[in-house]
Amino acid sequence: MVKTMTQLMTEDGIRCDGRRLDELRNISIKVGVLKNADGSAYIEFGKNKILAGVFGPRDVHPKHMANPDSGILRCRYHMSPFSVTERKNPAPSRREIEISKVIKEALQPAVILKDYPRTVIDVFIEVLQADGGSRCAALDAAAVALADAGIPMRDLVSACAAGKVADRIVLDVNNEEDQEGQADMPVALMPNMGKITLLQLDGMLKPEEFKTCMQTALVGCKRVYEVQRKALMEKYFQNGEQ
Amino acid sequence: MNSLILDQLKRDKILDLLKTGKRIDGRALDEQRPLIIETGVIPKANGSARVKLGDTEIITGVKIQPDKPFPDLGDKGILICTAEILPLADPNAEPGPPNEEVIELARVVDRGIRETEMIDLHKLVLIEDKSVIGMFIDSSVIDSGGNLFDACSYASVAGILSCTVPKYEIQNEAPVLVEGVTSKPPIKTLPVSVTMARIGDHIVVDPTKDEESCMDARITITTNSDGNICAVQKGGSDGFTAEQLLQCSEMALDVGRKIRKQFEKLM
Repeated sequence: MVKTMTQLMTEDGIRCDGRRLDELRNISIKVGVLKNADGSAYIEFGKNKILAGVFGPRDVHPKHMANPDSGILRCRYHMSPFSVTERKNPAPSRREIEISKVIKEALQPAVILKDYPRTVIDVFIEVLQADGGSRCAALDAAAVALADAGIPMRDLVSACAAGKVADRIVLDVNNEEDQEGQADMPVALMPNMGKITLLQLDGMLKPEEFKTCMQTALVGCKRVYEVQRKALMEKYFQNGEQ
Repeated sequence: MNSLILDQLKRDKILDLLKTGKRIDGRALDEQRPLIIETGVIPKANGSARVKLGDTEIITGVKIQPDKPFPDLGDKGILICTAEILPLADPNAEPGPPNEEVIELARVVDRGIRETEMIDLHKLVLIEDKSVIGMFIDSSVIDSGGNLFDACSYASVAGILSCTVPKYEIQNEAPVLVEGVTSKPPIKTLPVSVTMARIGDHIVVDPTKDEESCMDARITITTNSDGNICAVQKGGSDGFTAEQLLQCSEMALDVGRKIRKQFEKLM
């Protein structure tokens, strides 16, 4: 245990990738990167490289899935076989199916589905290269792609993880810290409404640490929101209009 | 997603009652349904439990056998928890490959037991990097009445607590069963999963099927014997505020303590 701790963090709190405790990795988002999709976004979040494409509202197939009172949201999170060190089998794994579900449930509160009964909005996410925190980065891109598709939303959804590494709470856990660290907590927030729409944890946290960790992640979500907002502004308000 | 009109009517009724501090089955908001645990129900398994949580009923069997370790985890035994909803358990359940709800259920149950480090996996190694003991904890929902997450988790924990680990000896680098010698599993802590549903502004512990059909969001929090929070999963189509989540974490610790006493009797 002691061995890994010295590798993950120096005495004065500098992390294995040179970041401070409360520092995010570099994030860049491009909006409208796909021709065919109704809305799309590409995000680079540390070493994560992720594409998100949105189609809809459109007819539901299979038809029995349609809801006469409301639209439905479907989400597929998928990792390319070449996205990780060892080739990943292209068939969806149980992990990917679970992540698809939690991402869908994180986006759903933000999307005004009531306006589109009997239709579906499909969100397709492709992880081209994975680093730690790919579900959060994927969510960030998906929320921007939904906005780019012109779908009415109550708020954006911004996601970021926090965790515990070498007994300290850190923001935005990277791959090494996720593998060797003590806890990883991905969080998604609707920043203007203060609603948390995704929360997962694996690891071990004391109740006070649980609180700090969640608050740290929420600070990260708000910073991610600024990047998302700027990316959307760049596409839609290029000439400085508001 | 079926019977939308009925769900709406149920929701109205459940919400009206919650406004007066009551639940549809008369429980307090932070009160679980009675938990009945019976162990040793499947003698051919190394450990087993039949658990009833209200109307929800689960059977779990633990099978223990020698196995090869995972390539990057040669100093640890294998622990795998699964869960499935049998077609006889629910009118909406179908045979066939698991859907996303069932996959989530199995993964959340597994995560709770894994992340609390209930079992000292280092003690399940026979030859490092070559041969380890594998524990397979398979839960079947046989009657579904809401809150399958906690029911499956309790049944898995009870199954593990009731199990006896057969002894294996290494002969010519291969594990050989030593007849008639068993030991208790290396237990480090007792995980307790507590699931709460948010219906309107109210948080209720251990939701029934009716409460689940009209809840806004759900959260499952697993704590260990030392009062640490070890696994969390939010579900459902809406969210929580940060205050609500902190309230949930306290509730999970409180309710967890009561359930843990029931587990202690099994040790």
